[in-house]
Amino acid sequence: MGSVAAIATCAALRESAAAESGAAAPNTPRAKGAAPRAVRLVINGRPHDLSIEPRVTLLDALRDYVGMTGTKKGCDRGQCGACTVLVDGRRIKSCLTLAIMHEGAKITTVEGLAGERELSPLQAAFVERDAFQCGYCTPGQLCAATALLDELRAGEPSAVSDLRSAEKPAPTDAEIRERMSGNICRCGAYPNIVAAIRDVAGNTRS
Amino acid sequence: MDAFAYVRAASIDEAVRAGGASDTRYIGGGTNLIDLMKGGVEHAGTLVDITRLPLADVTTTEDGGLRIGALVRNSDLASHAEVRKRYPLLSAALLNGASQQLRNMATVGGNLLQRTRCHYFTDIGFAACNKRKPGSGCAALEGFNRQHAILGASAACIATNPSDMNVALAALDAVVRVRGPNGERAIAFEDFHRLPGDTPERDTNLAPGELITSVDLPPNGFARHWHYLKLRDRASFAFALVSVAALLDVDNGTIRDARIALGGVAPKPWRARETEKQLAGKRLSVEMLAAAANAAVADAKPHRDNAFKIKLAPAAIVRAASIAGGLA
Repeated sequence: MGSVAAIATCAALRESAAAESGAAAPNTPRAKGAAPRAVRLVINGRPHDLSIEPRVTLLDALRDYVGMTGTKKGCDRGQCGACTVLVDGRRIKSCLTLAIMHEGAKITTVEGLAGERELSPLQAAFVERDAFQCGYCTPGQLCAATALLDELRAGEPSAVSDLRSAEKPAPTDAEIRERMSGNICRCGAYPNIVAAIRDVAGNTRS
Repeated sequence: MDAFAYVRAASIDEAVRAGGASDTRYIGGGTNLIDLMKGGVEHAGTLVDITRLPLADVTTTEDGGLRIGALVRNSDLASHAEVRKRYPLLSAALLNGASQQLRNMATVGGNLLQRTRCHYFTDIGFAACNKRKPGSGCAALEGFNRQHAILGASAACIATNPSDMNVALAALDAVVRVRGPNGERAIAFEDFHRLPGDTPERDTNLAPGELITSVDLPPNGFARHWHYLKLRDRASFAFALVSVAALLDVDNGTIRDARIALGGVAPKPWRARETEKQLAGKRLSVEMLAAAANAAVADAKPHRDNAFKIKLAPAAIVRAASIAGGLA
């Protein structure tokens, strides 16, 4: 429990730090550098006009400039997957890309997954299956899994698919695990995450 | 991350003009460059964003091969119908690299230029790294060198090339096409990456300002007998300790042509030429594969933590070639 509490505290600190910086100086660069540029990002269907330096990552733009802190910063180096968002429907790591590169793109964050009144089927399955403990990785897991379902529907192969087969890969546990390998869960909720995705993919255990 | 200027290139000519300036780098997927810039390993005064250039198509070449635009994303290439049908080895290698999020971002050109994952290179807390700071020494020689090279290294650098895609492209005899201030040129895959020698800071033979425009594959993709085997410390999302791309042309149980390329063991994607020579013309059998596989590590030089690769690499070749040849 101690380590889980520590993670939760860590997450809370990050959130409050972001909130403070956002409140004190919205849309203002925090360090001296190149001149800020006007960048319009379309996030969850809504345009946001920002003034940001070229070096601001998409992740930092979302959290510190737009104030949308659902997308999480874990490692900030492309290894943990907490910052996963969808750009034009494809999952990417928002920590390893510059916000300015995504002008005109459709960005979807965890805040954009649910409907007006109800959770997305994956979000509901995550609740139903208890697919998280501290929840810090969950926004990234949800965005990654949302794209995973689309990739399976499109018949895209993975490293464990039979590339000699013309059939679409089935959503087996092995496929789900391989396809979710870019998202790390420190609490170890993996079995329940796989179960939640399996539920929505409409597959029985294989 | 240090501040930099940002230019979005509207045409290939404009990109090459801008890219010729010193302290300027091209940015495609960014997965390697941004990571290394955050760590203070890479620096750029200006980034030229090439992602909107018209280099994201896969087309057929005049000789019936495939031309892969430098900006084709790794995931799109792995799923591409022609690649799956005619060059399945390349699909498999791509899918064994990174994670889906990174494959969705990473471009073919960027993957070619992927830098080593040697801890002593990626962490500026270590003073000695000849690749990062020429003349500073090599901390890996006396350090934790489990992932490092047993073939092709030098006293200056024992880092490995981390790419899976590159191993497949080496086996397929790909050609890298580039555009630079002096026009276009084509570089045979074998000549694209460099061995470290005394200048480990240079990974490739690209000239300053040159922009990769495509990777061309010859018509023969060895789509009948192929296998990509990747051995690593965990099941997914890890770099190879040893990987093998095996392509065989088998006629009635006899090997007409064999291509064996190795990853994780050398500073560049490594063709096991002597093994290939010994396989050609032989009846396909596990015993014959085992004898030929040993030739791949005849010149191997182990370090403290990676001597296991001298046994693992030939075993991996036997396994990959056995699967490719239908023996396993």
